[in-house]
Amino acid sequence: MTDATATGGLSPPRRKLVELGQWGLIYRRFRKHKLAYWSGFIVLAIYAVALFAEFVAPYSSDRYNPRYIYSPPQMLKMFGRDQNGDLALLYVNGYKVELDPVALQRRFVIDESRVYPVGFFVKGEPYHLFGLIPAERHLIGPVDPDAPMYLWGTDRLGRDLLSRTIHGTRISMSIGLVGVTISLVLGILLGGISGYYGGWADQAVQRTIDFLKSIPTIPLWMGLAAAIPDRMDPLLVYFWITVILSLIGWTDLARVVRGRFLSLKTEDFVMAARLDGCSRQRVIWHHMVPSFTSHIVASVTLAIPAMILAETSLSFLGIGLKPPVVSWGVLLKDAQSLLALTQAPWLFLPGIPVVVAVLALNFLGDGIRDAADPYS
Amino acid sequence: MAEAIGSAAGAQSLLELRDVAKVFAPRTTFFGRGKSRPVRAVDGVSFDIRAGETLGVVGESGCGKSTVTRCILGIHEVSSGTIRYRDRDGRMIDLTALSEHERLAYCTDLRIVFQDPQASLNPRLPVIDIVGEVLKVNHLLPRSEIEGRVRELLQRVGLRPEYARRYPHAFSGGERQRVGIARALATNPRLVILDEAVSALDVSVRAQTLNLLKDLQQEFGLTYLFVSHDLSVIEYICDRVVVMYVGQIVEIANAADLFARPMHPYTEALLSALPVPDPAFKRRGRRIHLPGEVADPANRPAGCSFHPRCRFATERCKAETPALRSVAGRTVACHHAEDLALQGVNMGSSPEVQHA
Repeated sequence: MTDATATGGLSPPRRKLVELGQWGLIYRRFRKHKLAYWSGFIVLAIYAVALFAEFVAPYSSDRYNPRYIYSPPQMLKMFGRDQNGDLALLYVNGYKVELDPVALQRRFVIDESRVYPVGFFVKGEPYHLFGLIPAERHLIGPVDPDAPMYLWGTDRLGRDLLSRTIHGTRISMSIGLVGVTISLVLGILLGGISGYYGGWADQAVQRTIDFLKSIPTIPLWMGLAAAIPDRMDPLLVYFWITVILSLIGWTDLARVVRGRFLSLKTEDFVMAARLDGCSRQRVIWHHMVPSFTSHIVASVTLAIPAMILAETSLSFLGIGLKPPVVSWGVLLKDAQSLLALTQAPWLFLPGIPVVVAVLALNFLGDGIRDAADPYS
Repeated sequence: MAEAIGSAAGAQSLLELRDVAKVFAPRTTFFGRGKSRPVRAVDGVSFDIRAGETLGVVGESGCGKSTVTRCILGIHEVSSGTIRYRDRDGRMIDLTALSEHERLAYCTDLRIVFQDPQASLNPRLPVIDIVGEVLKVNHLLPRSEIEGRVRELLQRVGLRPEYARRYPHAFSGGERQRVGIARALATNPRLVILDEAVSALDVSVRAQTLNLLKDLQQEFGLTYLFVSHDLSVIEYICDRVVVMYVGQIVEIANAADLFARPMHPYTEALLSALPVPDPAFKRRGRRIHLPGEVADPANRPAGCSFHPRCRFATERCKAETPALRSVAGRTVACHHAEDLALQGVNMGSSPEVQHA
């Protein structure tokens, strides 16, 4: 297949196109969807942050400093001189306490006279990467481990909000995956049975779906949250609630899969595979399923942001994850009070990653869905 | 029904259909049967396919042509009747009595080319996997030899062997149908069912494909069952023709005889609808317009199914169902076959025959 005659006289790029399979064609179309393409990188970056949270975050999630309660975000500045007169490439200013003459309250304000050098890959708190590898380097942090560096400010206990948001990424971005995975398995299995076999099996599955769709989820979630004992680990509680909800949430995917099976069952190429003597297994997995895996990938990508939003909003309401656990929703719960609005508006900052993650996943899902059928 | 009707006079039959019927029952639901009645898509069809011939099956949409082919292939289970196949050892095997698993042994002997080449090739697989699938799953060739065989088949149907790695989207309609033909031939079959195999192709490609099919038949000694609604194609390629109307056979004849002198009024009406591309040629007779609609196979008229639309219908036709019978060396299902002088088409002026 290398010489010119064997390629049918086609130029290399053209030849590549005619020999491109399904995934090659999907990727070509996906590449053209610029927004989705770059969103894909953002999603990858977010998951990388979640994976290496201990390394990326300057501090651990529970390190607190009572000397810096509700301190405002610092600006990361370049080229300054510290106390000794040495040049600091990157630095942050320190804080000084100020008495608000109107409210008669102590407040932290930026003290421009103090300079704390900041560096990359600095030594800080020791941690275990992936819970195994002992390490103490952090992506970014103050050169002096005791110097205050709070780029997103601190909360009421003097904990660094940026570090907590980064640590929260792990829970927020992964807890949805559990639910989506369970939904996926159930949806494909039951939808496939329903569509391929039809008849009474189809009836049974479809009526079950109708029943499950009629159950209101939020009251169910609230009831479950109240029913599960308080002593249980809050993460475990949330995990079980997610499992129970995904046992209800597989219905949409099952309907999609059933529809695809119904339409594919009568396609000539499926019939041709049967007449070729393919076993039922081979017809399903080799000839039918590849025709809609891309659709499944798209619907899963679109299901994850829904799960993230559910976690965030339920934690915000206080019926999802609870404080010892760090997630975006839990962090936002701190922003509920009036005090936050007036005195510490930076407590809303964890809302930014929620919006970015949800938007990126939605754009990505849209792109995959549009590219999913390269033959249309 | 009569054993000998439509059966082989001299040549050995490859496939014998006897009283084959296929009834599609309405779906039973939880709330009962619903109002629809069972559809008798194929009703008492008997004919033989002789080794080496091309047998045409012709009729309007919904007359049961495709259902017959699907019964032969085992996609549909027949409701009654037998389909007997003469295997390579000369034994007659009733395919309808076999289990799904036992039938697999014959799936390599009986092959099909579908109507729509776009729909019948899996867009997710390269040609080598589409054509080679039957060789792979039936372990007919070791994996290493499949590619060579596929390339050889592609060459035989007029495609470049290097195209084996391409996907169906890289082919034109006519080329795709050639891939479909290569898939059917992969197993060295004995009977190839061509289910409207050229109907989706445009006229110039259609002629090329028909000529290819004729060449392949000669080269490999194939037997064709050619299903079509297009009489000019049937006339070009078929040795014998079965005419069906609403699930029943109305006439079986050699192609030449059928076109020259139809014996059944329905055949005559079909023939009169053949387009005549030569403006100088004046039709011998007038175009026959059939009144009314095609009968509903779920609610067939009493007597002859065709009587409400037949210009020769008598009281007898309304009461008594005509059986297929031999009339002057021909096979026809009409009470009045002997008395009618029906018009055929002038073979000499048909352009297909001229350029053939």
